[in-house]
Amino acid sequence: MLLDFEKPIFELEEKLQETKTLAAQNNMDVSQAVKLLEERIHLLKKETFENLTRWQRVQLSRHPDRPYTLDYIAHLTDDFIELHGDRGFGDDKAMIGGIAQIEGQSVMIIGQQKGRNTKQRQYRNFGMANPEGYRKALRLMQLANKFGMPILALIDTPGAYPGIEAEERGQGEAIARNLKEMFLLDVPVICIVIGEGASGGALGIAIGDRVCMLENTWYSVISPESCSSILWRSWDYKEQAASALRLSSSDMHKFGLIDKIIEEPLGGAHRYQEETMQLVKKEILEMIEELSKLDSQTLKQQRIEKFSKMGEFEETQISEAK
Amino acid sequence: MSWFHRKNKNITTPTNEKRDSPNMWFKTPSGTIILKKELKENNWVCPDDNYHLTITPQQYFEILFDEGKYTEINTNLTPLNPLNFKDTKTYEQRIKAANEKSGVNEAAQSAFGKMNGIDFMITAMNFKYIGGSMGAVVGEKIARAADYCLENRIPLLVISQSGGARMMEAGFSLMQMAKTSAKLSLLSEGKIPYISLLTNPTTGGVTASFAMLGDFNIAEPDALIGFAGPRVIRETIGKDLPKGFQTAEFVKDHGFLDFIVDRRELKSKLTSLLKMIWINPNKNK
Repeated sequence: MLLDFEKPIFELEEKLQETKTLAAQNNMDVSQAVKLLEERIHLLKKETFENLTRWQRVQLSRHPDRPYTLDYIAHLTDDFIELHGDRGFGDDKAMIGGIAQIEGQSVMIIGQQKGRNTKQRQYRNFGMANPEGYRKALRLMQLANKFGMPILALIDTPGAYPGIEAEERGQGEAIARNLKEMFLLDVPVICIVIGEGASGGALGIAIGDRVCMLENTWYSVISPESCSSILWRSWDYKEQAASALRLSSSDMHKFGLIDKIIEEPLGGAHRYQEETMQLVKKEILEMIEELSKLDSQTLKQQRIEKFSKMGEFEETQISEAK
Repeated sequence: MSWFHRKNKNITTPTNEKRDSPNMWFKTPSGTIILKKELKENNWVCPDDNYHLTITPQQYFEILFDEGKYTEINTNLTPLNPLNFKDTKTYEQRIKAANEKSGVNEAAQSAFGKMNGIDFMITAMNFKYIGGSMGAVVGEKIARAADYCLENRIPLLVISQSGGARMMEAGFSLMQMAKTSAKLSLLSEGKIPYISLLTNPTTGGVTASFAMLGDFNIAEPDALIGFAGPRVIRETIGKDLPKGFQTAEFVKDHGFLDFIVDRRELKSKLTSLLKMIWINPNKNK
């Protein structure tokens, strides 16, 4: 899948490939032309990716070639045992989790999982978890807490599932409970938005000591499409809505609502999966090392204080009397 | 000669001009017409059909605090527009319109006082103010109410009435869900009672945070309670929703509410509850 703004880059890359092939066939020296082309490609990529609009980043965040949670697990971990079920209702395929080893460090990994083709997408419910998904995630996090393992949450969801059964089983309660309980965990919690971070569905596993976003992801209170339909009463204003919501990683970082941006290789995670996952792995190991130095009281206290400070408002000095 | 005859010949109001006094009467959804004064005496519940009118924080304070006496706190917190948000209107314009329409300066108000002699804190939301939506001020007011309750060991009641998080504060409003939950986790560790009263309507990010985190989750009859709004669900599943879906009764039947309380019994029921769990839980102490 090629996005509109990637087409010029792709065309140049094709040209480069052609030049190389032709040269090889005719035994010609094209190193000068190749060098020029490569420079042009690099410049064009830089220009394109440094000036992405917020909506373009939303498009990138949804790209089916981006690494998903299971890809990270396959790439990051030396050993992984998937754990299933919430012990109350069922096993949510949109939310996966399990115990892993990363470079000798045990970690509990949880995360939403999307699918790449129609069948998989349906199986994973498009990465939209039901209440049992959030309850499974909490169960695993509390297991990690018991065994003193750090928690890694990978966030990639267009939202918690809005369905009849989800309401019957308490979607709101499930997310709310996770928010509250995650503040009480004694172990380090690292959260990374790897794709879409839509509202409560994302936040439900995103109360962390370090909350990071990959560069080309989004995280906000509502998707640009839904925002457009509510405020503009039309689906056509998603680009304006994306911009108004300030949902990009740099926006969220600027406002102090996330701790860190993990930069993607130039050209995006969807084209450089291995490199991206390698970068993420490095960050994870560093954060675990850093957080492991803190005792559980400090961790909890800092986690609570960080989120308690979020929000800008005006406080006028008046006497408090009725 | 007719039985009735007009004494005063000077009634000049034409019949097509309706001139009832809009502030005197109220018509409930079932068609009952009732004097507003009578409604007020009935805690804004229609006596014929038990219809609970949506009421403001101030009205809740007057109903619950003894002799309507209370101290409102944090009235000096007002919203900003950190994102410079603009859709068809700017957020500032929406704030200004909301201030004028509601007569208050945010979608939540906190007050403490005594309820049947028990020290008590209430933070109540106001649907008239941008759909009761939660932005940074609402989050902060709940956070500070929780802090106050923890410090002074006072039970907390939060009355929800909200469409959810406020879009115009985007990421900031999302994080209010986290912030309020953080404070409630501390309150919970401090073993201070927290009661959540869900009124019509309570949806979205409010349901998915403090409204569902009560030691006791209670609701007013027939209140709409849910995570996703009915319209969103209908659009997602492409089917009509069952009758009674997302009503307080439905939510209770599915195990997420402790009980439903008629507003006329709210004060006495909260009092009995607090007496049992907070004031005199043990006979021999």
